[in-house]
Amino acid sequence: MNIIVCIKQVPNTTDVKIDPVKNTLIREGVESIINPFDTYAIEEAVRLKERFTGKVTVVTMGPPQAENALKEAISLGCDEGILVSDRKFAGSDTWATSYTLACAIKKIGAFDIILCGKQASDGDTAQVGPGISTHLDVPQVTYVKKIEEIKDNLARVERMTEEGYDIVETPIPCLFTVVKEINTPRLPSLKGMMRAKSAKIIQWTAADINADPKNIGLDGSPTRVVKIFTPAPRKGGEILKGDTADVAKQVGTLLKDIII
Amino acid sequence: MDCLFNEQQIMVRDLARKIAQEKIKPVAAHYDETEEFAWPIMKILSDSDLFGVYIPEAYGGLGGGITEMCLVTEELSKACGGIALGFAGTGLGTFPILLYGSEEQKKKYLPDIAKGKRLAAFCITEAEAGSDAGGIKTNAKKDGDYYILNGTKQWITNAGEAEVYTVIAMTDKAKGARGASAFIVEKGTKGMEFGLKEKKMGIRASATREVIFTDCKIPKENLISKEGMGFIVAMKTFDNSRPGVAAQAVGIAQGALDVAIDYARKRIQFGQPISSFQAIQHMLADMGTQVEAARALVYATARMVDAGIKDVARDSAMSKLFAGDMAMKVTTDAVQILGGYGFMRDYPVEKFMRDAKITQIYEGTNQIQRNVIAAHLIKESLKASK
Repeated sequence: MNIIVCIKQVPNTTDVKIDPVKNTLIREGVESIINPFDTYAIEEAVRLKERFTGKVTVVTMGPPQAENALKEAISLGCDEGILVSDRKFAGSDTWATSYTLACAIKKIGAFDIILCGKQASDGDTAQVGPGISTHLDVPQVTYVKKIEEIKDNLARVERMTEEGYDIVETPIPCLFTVVKEINTPRLPSLKGMMRAKSAKIIQWTAADINADPKNIGLDGSPTRVVKIFTPAPRKGGEILKGDTADVAKQVGTLLKDIII
Repeated sequence: MDCLFNEQQIMVRDLARKIAQEKIKPVAAHYDETEEFAWPIMKILSDSDLFGVYIPEAYGGLGGGITEMCLVTEELSKACGGIALGFAGTGLGTFPILLYGSEEQKKKYLPDIAKGKRLAAFCITEAEAGSDAGGIKTNAKKDGDYYILNGTKQWITNAGEAEVYTVIAMTDKAKGARGASAFIVEKGTKGMEFGLKEKKMGIRASATREVIFTDCKIPKENLISKEGMGFIVAMKTFDNSRPGVAAQAVGIAQGALDVAIDYARKRIQFGQPISSFQAIQHMLADMGTQVEAARALVYATARMVDAGIKDVARDSAMSKLFAGDMAMKVTTDAVQILGGYGFMRDYPVEKFMRDAKITQIYEGTNQIQRNVIAAHLIKESLKASK
């Protein structure tokens, strides 16, 4: 089974500062880690490999130092790391990022499953996974909390919802984004760390992956950040007073106002 | 002390530290309380390849030595000295095979031990053979292609949990110490049983049981080295394992010291943190210095062993003696700094103090270590004066 994991290197803090001019995140001087949600995707990929045998390729788009994230993924059991890196990718939004990763995956070749974390801890959009599946035209299941079975080119998974979970069956190849309920990521092994140390990370530029220059980087990004602000804190609720029947009446009126 | 270690050793230490702090520390009190064997932690150590750090690459290990073993033991012991013994006790049980085993024995047992698939245990102590290892009564009688073992081993670390046991038994009682031999016995062998789990003062997460042999028949291929080598196998095993006990003591002491410093900074009395009082500061300074001195001795000894120096008995005994006594003192002082809270089981230092005590007792009491050291010093002086 060929498994591809898409990961992102993110700043190790939820308290990142925002560039007031460019309205983008300031990443300099902050320690970088693998996006915590992606660690579940890495673990699930390695577990799939252990279950079905095969190969796990981990891919990221990012600056040269993102190589460290790929090496860490190798120390956790991934077989190969690919860094898609080019100055031309700078300023990519989720559309351009998912296009770029899709181009890289096309170059990798045949795959059975693509795994992504449900979202990145810095941007919090949860759009890149679904974006990749759209660009590659393969089915996607988001918020997967369990991969029940993969058999006869079909995968049956549990997809988390607010009320419980759906059981979804999908043909493979396909893409899953996973939630933290899916597993407990392992710690690296010494042999994995030694393998990671000597591992050669493959580096691809925009030209290497045949990306259309119109679709990458800031120019290829339809998103325009108009303004970034901290939302005003929610005002306190209203406590209804009176006896039970009276309060029930008040609630009824309020609900009517909301619905109609 | 980073400059003393190579890149691989630092990697081993950092991984052991991560596991200890993230996985062991949160459950240390639980396993101390319940006295269960921490199999989930053994699984983590095994998945991380830590069981193989001191085993040669040819047998599936990492190819490190005693230094790596001590680094792992120290880090694990900072979180729990009892859980650390699942690892260190396996080392003790493995050394006879590693040092004196045949190629076949090494190939058969070391890869599984390196992977952490099977734990090991060393069986020498008996009810009447503690410090006086010559008093061993367990005997092994040759019977064709087999040996028949009879006798009872006492206070065996990892017993019941481990799969591979190295056992010292008498093959010729008349010859005394020269009549002892070392054997490998696998768990499940007919005639091998385990006694009840002992209730201990400290290292309660570690399993300690009797191992009882009743007409236990093992193939003659399980003899380690030759008949009569048992005592030498045991002594050389201890020379290699004592730095590990010393590292355990250093870890326990460091763990207690870390808690004491943290507490002293936060505990307010007379309107200020108690760390601002010289009485506390001087205690902390002494504790820190003693821990570092013991650590330096432990890793100096470990490097001697790894460098292949033949006779390390003196230094090995010194490191175990010094670190064990140091750990008892430092953990006692840590309890003192925490005062009434230190005495409560809600805080971790009383456990460190209970755990420290065993490091003065097992693998040769600290009194026996002094005998070994003194004998060496006098012998060296005699040699020099000739």
